Amino acid sequence: MTYLSGNGRGETALLERERRAAPAAPKSLEAPAIPAIRRKRRLGPGPAIPFGLQIGPAVLVLAWVAGSGLGLIDPRILPAPWTIIATFGELIADGRLQSNFLTSSVRALLGLGFGIVIGLLLAVVSGLSRVGEALIDGPIQIKRAVPTLAMIPLLILWLGLGETMKVTIITLGVIVPIYMHTHNALRAIDERYVELAETLRMSQRDFLLQVVLPGAVPGFLLGLRFAVTLCWVSLVVVEQINATSGLGYMIELARTYGQTQIIIVGLVVYALLGLASDGIVRLLERRLLSWRRTLAH
Amino acid sequence: MAPHAGSLNAVEIRRLTRRFGPTTILDAVDLDIAQGEFVALLGKSGSGKSTFLRALAGLDHDVEGTGSLAVPERLSVVFQDARLLPWRNVIQNVTLGLPGARQQAGRKALAEVGLAGRESAWPIQLSGGEQQRVALARSLVREPALLLADEPFGALDALTRIKMHGLLRELCARHRPAVLLVTHDVDEAITLADRILVLDRGRFIEDLTVDLPGRRRHGDARFDAIRSQLLSRLGVDTDEREAA
Repeated sequence: MTYLSGNGRGETALLERERRAAPAAPKSLEAPAIPAIRRKRRLGPGPAIPFGLQIGPAVLVLAWVAGSGLGLIDPRILPAPWTIIATFGELIADGRLQSNFLTSSVRALLGLGFGIVIGLLLAVVSGLSRVGEALIDGPIQIKRAVPTLAMIPLLILWLGLGETMKVTIITLGVIVPIYMHTHNALRAIDERYVELAETLRMSQRDFLLQVVLPGAVPGFLLGLRFAVTLCWVSLVVVEQINATSGLGYMIELARTYGQTQIIIVGLVVYALLGLASDGIVRLLERRLLSWRRTLAH
Repeated sequence: MAPHAGSLNAVEIRRLTRRFGPTTILDAVDLDIAQGEFVALLGKSGSGKSTFLRALAGLDHDVEGTGSLAVPERLSVVFQDARLLPWRNVIQNVTLGLPGARQQAGRKALAEVGLAGRESAWPIQLSGGEQQRVALARSLVREPALLLADEPFGALDALTRIKMHGLLRELCARHRPAVLLVTHDVDEAITLADRILVLDRGRFIEDLTVDLPGRRRHGDARFDAIRSQLLSRLGVDTDEREAA
């Protein structure tokens, strides 16, 4: 270290500091040789377990299989998994499952569809105009206070026992969460964006299409998730009252004859429908709310 | 409410008064801003500078007031927050509310602020400085005759702020809008403006032309003299000034 160039003083100082540091802290010099150390986060539940969400259900199914196989579970209380699978096969073979499934799905989808359209229209009218709000919001709040299912007797008198009554009940249930959450979101548009739209001299139409409605989409989707759940709940209830077809009817009939395995098949189908519809809503969220996702996703 | 025909002023304000209840925020203020003039407005918090800017922007709907106010039709506002719509991508934010034919102009404006190629990014994917640059592009694409900026760099870190000063100066030199920059940063005002106003309790107590050719920086005797004068007008005493 005899020759030093131009601004050599800084370099010497630096080198000397390194040299001094070297014997004193040998461990710190070794550290870069093992770069892959990732320190665990001290707080929080720790890293995710692979397939973590599937483990709980798998344990339950295993317990069911073991319990039935070892004869620990009375088949009249809970039939063995293979009995359920066989019943599934029989119900499909004679066409009962498909036709009941179809009937139920049509009811649910019609009710959901009408409910979404009506709830959304009411929310937009009431969310965007004071007159609309004065006319619509009160009645919806009153409707919300009356449980839809309590209205069944009245609706049977008005509409009879047919499909119209069933779809109407589902629709009435679905309207409420769609309306509530969409209306809320429309009213909660950040005032800063309203100011922005004013300074940009946006037209009323652009303001609605670019600012208000897209801003309310997250609220609508939240309402949709509640609506989908409610739609299946309503379906189950209407199908167990005076129905002559549908999954709920199939389950009711099985109860009369003490066919536990058919009841379980019906419940499994309900569960699959619930999971599938929740999956569809989540897919919709991912598509419509891609602007929310950060780079980390 | 355009200024009188033939006038060289972008802004003409006469006896502008604004009150919130019993409190007078702006007290019969007069101001002319020439076309292409860059004016910085300094003031302590609560001095009324934001109220003044909001009056010019036409955003003070529910505020009591009197006086006459003439501002150009083509007016853009840059807020302290970039105020981008999170559900619209970058280019859609720039051309928000513009007819479809202006999409190309949006791309050009974005390139001018150094964000070419980021058209389809979401605002959440940009840094604070980048978001504010998108906001600048959104203002410029409207070819404003008056640009109102309310502490536009207040939320940015010091290094980004320096870069943004350079960018803003460059853009203003090219597009020549009249500018009213509200800020509490004395150095920012001296670096950028042709003219600096100090607002205190609803009145202008200083109107100073910054005549510094070439680069403006600390250590330059005239820069420091102006800085010192402004700081004393803002009520910062000598000891505090030396500490700063």
